[in-house]
Parts: sequence; C-alpha cells; structure tokens
Amino acid sequence: MNSLFRLPEASTHAVTVDHIFYLLLALSGATVVLVFGLILLFAVRYRRGSKAKRGLMPEILSREFEIGWTLATLLTFIFLFWWASSADLSSLDAPPHALEIHVVAKQWMWKTQHTNGAREINALHVPLNRPVHLLMSSQDVIHSFFVPAFRVKQDVVPGRDTDIWFQASKSGTFPLLCAEYCGTNHSMMRGKIVVMRQDDYARWLTQQPEGDDLAHEGAKLFVSQGCAGCHAASSNVHAPRLAGLYGRTVQLADGRTVSADDAYIRDSILQPKRDVVAGFEPIMPSFKGLLDDGEIQSLTAYIRSLREEQQND
Amino acid sequence: MTDALLAGELPLPQRPDYLRHGSTIRSWLATTDHKRIAILYAVTITIFFFMGGAAITAVRLELFQPNGWLLTSDTYNKLFSFHGIIMVWFFLVPSIPNTFGNFLLPLMIGAPDVAFPRLNLFSWYLTIAAGAFTVYALVAGGVDTGWTFYTPYSSMFSNTHVFAAAAGVFVVGFASIATGVNFIATTHMLRAPGMTWFRLPLFVWAIYATSLIMVLATPVLAISLLLVIAERVFGLPIFDPARGGDPILFQHLFWFYSHPAVYIMVLPAMGVVSEIIPCFARRRIFGYDFMVYAMLAIAGIGFFVWGHHMFVSGQSPLASLVFSFLSFIIAVPSAIKVFNWTASLYRGQISFDSPMLYALGFVGLFTTGGLSGLFLASIPVDIHVTDTYFVVAHFHYIMVGGSVSAFFAGLHFWWPKVTGRLYPESWAKFAAILMYAGFNMTFLPQFFAGYLGMPRRYHTYPAEFQIYNVMSSAGAAVLALAYLLPLGYLTWSLFYGGKAARNPWGATGLEWTTSSPPPPKNFDRQPRVDRAPYDYHAEGMSAGTDPPEMQNARETR
Ligand code: HEM
Ligand SMILES: [Cu+2]
Repeated sequence: MNSLFRLPEASTHAVTVDHIFYLLLALSGATVVLVFGLILLFAVRYRRGSKAKRGLMPEILSREFEIGWTLATLLTFIFLFWWASSADLSSLDAPPHALEIHVVAKQWMWKTQHTNGAREINALHVPLNRPVHLLMSSQDVIHSFFVPAFRVKQDVVPGRDTDIWFQASKSGTFPLLCAEYCGTNHSMMRGKIVVMRQDDYARWLTQQPEGDDLAHEGAKLFVSQGCAGCHAASSNVHAPRLAGLYGRTVQLADGRTVSADDAYIRDSILQPKRDVVAGFEPIMPSFKGLLDDGEIQSLTAYIRSLREEQQND
Repeated sequence: MTDALLAGELPLPQRPDYLRHGSTIRSWLATTDHKRIAILYAVTITIFFFMGGAAITAVRLELFQPNGWLLTSDTYNKLFSFHGIIMVWFFLVPSIPNTFGNFLLPLMIGAPDVAFPRLNLFSWYLTIAAGAFTVYALVAGGVDTGWTFYTPYSSMFSNTHVFAAAAGVFVVGFASIATGVNFIATTHMLRAPGMTWFRLPLFVWAIYATSLIMVLATPVLAISLLLVIAERVFGLPIFDPARGGDPILFQHLFWFYSHPAVYIMVLPAMGVVSEIIPCFARRRIFGYDFMVYAMLAIAGIGFFVWGHHMFVSGQSPLASLVFSFLSFIIAVPSAIKVFNWTASLYRGQISFDSPMLYALGFVGLFTTGGLSGLFLASIPVDIHVTDTYFVVAHFHYIMVGGSVSAFFAGLHFWWPKVTGRLYPESWAKFAAILMYAGFNMTFLPQFFAGYLGMPRRYHTYPAEFQIYNVMSSAGAAVLALAYLLPLGYLTWSLFYGGKAARNPWGATGLEWTTSSPPPPKNFDRQPRVDRAPYDYHAEGMSAGTDPPEMQNARETR
C-alpha cells in the first residue's frame, strides 16, 4: 500500500475506473455540500422564534422547482450511466492476441496455469504492458477473482467458464483476493500477482518446471479417456471430427445453431445429449464425474489447438 | 378543554385505555387489538435487535486484529451470518411496518382496527415461530452461509444448520405476506368518511407501497429457499452444475426478492420522516403529490433492478447495462424525496426536539447512503467495490443510518401517544446526536477500506486495513452505547415520565385527536376528515409561538 488513501493504479483499466470514481466522488461531494448546507442554513434561519420572513410559497413556483430538479437529476444520472457504461463496453472483450492463462479456483486456493504448462498456486506471474486473458472455472463453490490494484473482479462459477482480462501497467507485487464468500477459510484464499518486465517474464517462464503444456496434456487425455475412439479420423464410429471446430458455427439436429466456444465444448463433454450436432446420433456418453475442471480445460485447449493447425494448413 | 383534560388526567371515572384494558397475560397473547399487537412486535423485535447486535459486537472485536485472535473462522462466519439473518428478516423488515404501521395505520385513517385483526395476531405468532427456528439454528451450532444463502455453498457444501435457518426465514416470509395483505385491505376499506386517497398522511402511503412489495416479492423468496432446501435435503439437482443445475439461478431469484426488500426497509422510514419534518417545521410537506408518486415509483421500479447485485456474476453484458440504467432511474425518486424534505424546512418555524433530530439524521445518512449507491450503479466502479466493505458501508448507511434512525425518530415522536408518557428530552437529544456521531465513526472508514480492496466477510485481512477496522470498531462501541441509552430512559419514562397530553407536539393527523394512550376502539366518535394533511398553516399554527397543547407538553417535562 502506497498511502492510506490511494490504491495503486496498476492496470490500464484502473485508470478508467478511477476517472469515473473521482467524478462520482466530486458530484456526491457537491450534493452533500448542497443538501447539508441548505438544511443547516434553513435550520438556523428558520428556527422557531427567529425573525425571518414566513408565509406560503406560491403554488406555481413550487411546481416549477419540483419539475426543475427532477429533470436535472434525471439528466445527470443518464449522463453518468452513459459515461460509466461506455467505459464498460469498450473493455468488454479481451484483445485477440492476449496471453491466455487458466485459473481454477477451489476451497481455498487459486491454481493458475500458463500456456506452456507451468503451474502456480496462489500466485500468478504476468508480463507488463501486455493484455492477459484469464479463463476461469471453479471446482466447488462460487469464488471471485479480485485484484484491487487492477480494479478487476470476476466471479468464478462452478459449471461455467468465466473470463476476465487486464493489462498490467506497473511492475510489482499486488494482492489477489477472493471476494465471493466461499466458506470457512474464505478470508485465507489470498495470493499475489507478480507483474514482471516482458523479458523477465519470459526468463521466469523458461525456468519453471516444464509442465506439459495444456494442449499436449489435452491430447493425451483425448486418447486416454477414449475420446479418440470415436472422434479420431481413423475411427469407424460416426462422430464429428474436431479439427477446425473451435470458433465455427455448428448446426444442431434440432435446427438451432451454436458457436463452438469453451462453454459449448464443456457442455458437449458433460451433457452430450443437450446439443446434438445435425447428422449424428446422440450416442456419446457423458463424462460427468470422470473429468475434473482442469482436465476439461486441457481438452478444450487441445481442441482449440486443432483450429490453429487447420489454419496453418 | 382544560389543562387537566389535555394532560390526560380525566377527573371522571375513567374509560380504560388500550393498555389498561385487561392486564392478564392472556388478554395480551390473545388480543386482536392492533395497538397491542404492535406492542408485542415492538418487544419481539427489540429482543432480536439486541441479539443481532451482540453477534456483531463479537465480530467487530475480532476485527481489531488482522490475524484473528478471538474467534475461529467458523465461529466468525456463523456470527456474521446470524447478524445478517436476524437484522434483515427479524428486525428491519418487520420494524416500522409491524410496530408503527400496526399501531398507526388504523388511527391515521380513522378506523377502529385493521381489516383482519385475527390474521394480524396470527402473523405475530408466525414471527415468533420463525424466530424460534432461527435461534435454534444458532443454538444447535449455527449457520455459516451469510444472510444471502448463495448456492451451491448453501445447498451442497455448508455443514451447518442451513435447513433450520432457511425454514425460519421461509416462515417469517408468510408473516410478512399476511401483514401486507392486511394493510392493503385496511387502507382500501376502512378509511374514515372524507379520508380520500390524496388526504392520506404520507406514512400511510409508505406503508401501503411497502405492503404491495411484501405481497408481490416475498413469495419469490419463499420459493428460492424451498429450492435450496430441496437440493440440500432431497438431493434434487437444481443448482448443482454437474447435474445440469445453475448456480446463478439462485442469485436471480434471491435478488428478485431482496432488492425490493431494501425498499421494504426504507419506504416506511421515509413515511415516518415525512410525518415528523412538517410537524417540527410547522409547514405543509413540500410537494405532497410528488412525494406520493415518488414512493409508488420506488415500489414499482424496485422490481426491475435486481441484476445490479450481479455485475460480476457472469450475467450477460446486455443484462448488466439494462440493470445499471434502471438503477440510475430509481435513484431519481429518492433524490426528489431528499430535496422535498429539505425544501419543507424553507420558511418554517423549526424546533429541534428529539424526533426532529433523529429525522434530520435520517435525511443526512440516507443521502450519503444513496449517493454511494450511484457508485454501485456504475458498472466499472461497482465491479471494483462490490463484495468489499464499500458495500457494507453503503447498505448500513441506508438500512441502519436510514431505517434505524427513522425507527428511533418515530419511536420518540409517537412514544407519548403509545404509552401516554413523556421521556426526558435532554437524554433523548443526547442519544440522537451520539447515534449520528457513532454511526459515522463506524461506517465512514468502511468506504475507504472497501475502495482500497478489503473484501467483506473476511475473518482475517491484510494488515494495511487494520487502521480502518480499528476506527470502525471504536465507532461501533459509541454506536452501541447510543442504542442502549434509549432503552434506559424510555423504560424509565414508563414508570416516572410525565403524563402526555392528547397532542404534545401540536401535530396534525387523526392519531393526535384521540386520547394518549388511545381507547381500545381508537375513537369515541367516528372521525370525519375535511382537509388536506399537514395543515400546519391553519389558524394558530403558523404564528411564532407554540400552539397551547405544545406549551403544555413542554411544561410537563
Ligand atoms: C453497531 C452496529 C453494527 C455494526 C458494528 C455492524 C457491523 C457489521 C459488519 C462488520 C458486517 C460485515 C460482516 C462481514 O461482512 O464480515 C455487517 C453485516 C451486516 N449487517 Fe451490520 N452492523 C451493525 C448494525 C446493523 C444493524 C442495526 C443492521 C440491521 C438492522 C445490520 C445489518 C447487517 C446486514 C444485513 C449485514 C450483512 C450480513 C452478511 O454479510 O451476511 N447491521 N454488519
Ligand atoms: Cu473463495
């Protein structure tokens, strides 16, 4: 903590949020001065027995006041909404070339994994000035990934993937907290974010124990869990090929179309009967209970990597 | 009228008032008199209030140190959960409606009782039964879900007494619905001749709007808790994602009730303050009809802003935008009300008796709480401060600064009417000022802690937040004292306070036309109404001096 009243602005996003925050603070301050000031003024001037002039205000005048301040507040609020929301909209999607990092939350720790497979617990090293995109899921209850210095927070929800992105703009170490109450040791579910210069980060990454990278891990699972039995090109079973699938629009048997994103892939693994691809029988078994969140993330990474191979062809 | 008559000391053989009309335990526990039921509620919620207070005292003590020195994590979690559950459902929701609402609604509209007196008594029994479940949950080992019962933690992971606690809240919901139905029927059917809708006191409008929310929103709470119980006890797959459930579904259902519930807590408070300010400023309330429309608008729009509790839940960005927009819109009627209360002071004859001090305290704290609400309606800022102490500060400013101050304002305002006694005014003024100071000492530092990133529901916390927590805990000690004081001097006044006149404040409103305390059937003759409310500009009211009743009351002290 730098000082008692200021929180470091360690991401590009933090600057935007603080602008809105300070504007709100100024407006609120002005309103407080106005309202408290008027109350005090009236309290003194119109106290019982004082010599101030009394008497009714003309009805018409009070009507005009009423309409006036209603409209003024309405317009102020619409302006605030517009300003805050446009800042929100402009930072909605992660830039396409952001660094992808996977996060799994569980009672009571943060597990993170870099693209090359390096893993950390309750810590995350990220490069400076480079967008980082976190793909997050939870193994048990709802947690919330919160980095005050970056002004970012996102719930991590079991059974669905949520994501968040940021671009660190100051190097240093910043607290990572869990902000959604998650049981006994909720307040101990803390870690740190270490922001490093890009070359330091690259060096740090190569020094980590060579975990398998996610996609390779996924490829192994693809075989060991039996996915390949049906989905491999050589298989006799009538099942969709997965190369190039990621990001495409898929036609379903019941006429709907869906876009093949992380959530779709996850659903297809866990609840295969829900979205059956047009032209195929609903024969795929569910892998619910057989794969944990980390494994699903690896498989998803593998399927995503198949897209890239396709594009390179 | 002679002074003796005004002071309530009737020389003739006395008609018993509602308090002395039967003094057996049975005459209280089987009563259908709305005034006695109000007293039953008042005693009950006072007990709940101090139970909730005791729990949070331990929490604030624990937070003196960053690393946990007094309690285990489990105990800590159970204490703040108990504090929240008790304060919300057993104090705040019933506080003003079930005590002042019960007592005053029939009096203010000139009726002998509420529309369904037995239903009224029944809902008190429901409240007691519900309280028993909740206290059982505590005694049997506690519940650690927080008052929000978020799934899947509450439905699948917590090893505590979620069932008993949820059952308690479920049952108290029925009490709430019954009360709401009763008040709506009463307002529609039992108004005295001449009491048109636009001659209703604002407090009646507030209770009416609150009742609409109670009736429409509470069933959704009941359903969401039933679903938690269904998953927890019978294993039905509702929120468990591994079996096709949706953990976020609960949040939608829960906030669909709980956001409007915030207005169940604050609308009645607005009603109370709208009675008190005109009385002590000796002026008609500024913009009566705007005040009415503002309350109805709050009640209506209140149903469409629940998603602002879920900006970080992963809901769709479009949904967030819509909820953010509506949250700004609903702030407009609240702002109107603050402006109108302020404007009602203009050109008044203001006196600063204790009810007025509490009421002005309400306006100040409600304004601060409301302004912090704008931060939470702005998506990017909300994302940063939600689930931190900023939110804890915000909702305490509204619910405790606002509703509880208004509760005390009303308590002091109507105390002479309810009990027939006067309390020591200088103690009351002192307590009001202490409460305001203690409150700000407690909760202002939490805005800073929250913005700097201290999450809520944290048993241990990074050491840099200690200074704010120490300030807050010290403030809480002052605040606790300020809450205990009225307990002392009000109890004292029951035995030794001067006798109150019919209308000690010289207020308008039908409740002041009957004796203090009122007779069992409220009025000797059916009242008739021929003028607008807050007629303080009528003859004798706007002169520089007190009306005769008022002088009388002041001398009695
Ligand atoms: C001396 C007075 C009070 C103090 C010091 C106090 C303090 C606190 C604190 C520190 C928390 C947060 C616990 C946490 O998140 O770890 C809290 C939560 C809460 N308080 Fe209070 N409080 C006080 C009075 C009240 C009153 C009078 C009410 C209602 C009438 C109230 C309603 C709540 C609610 C609903 C919560 C949320 C509980 C939860 O997070 O599950 N508080 N209070
Ligand atoms: Cu957590």
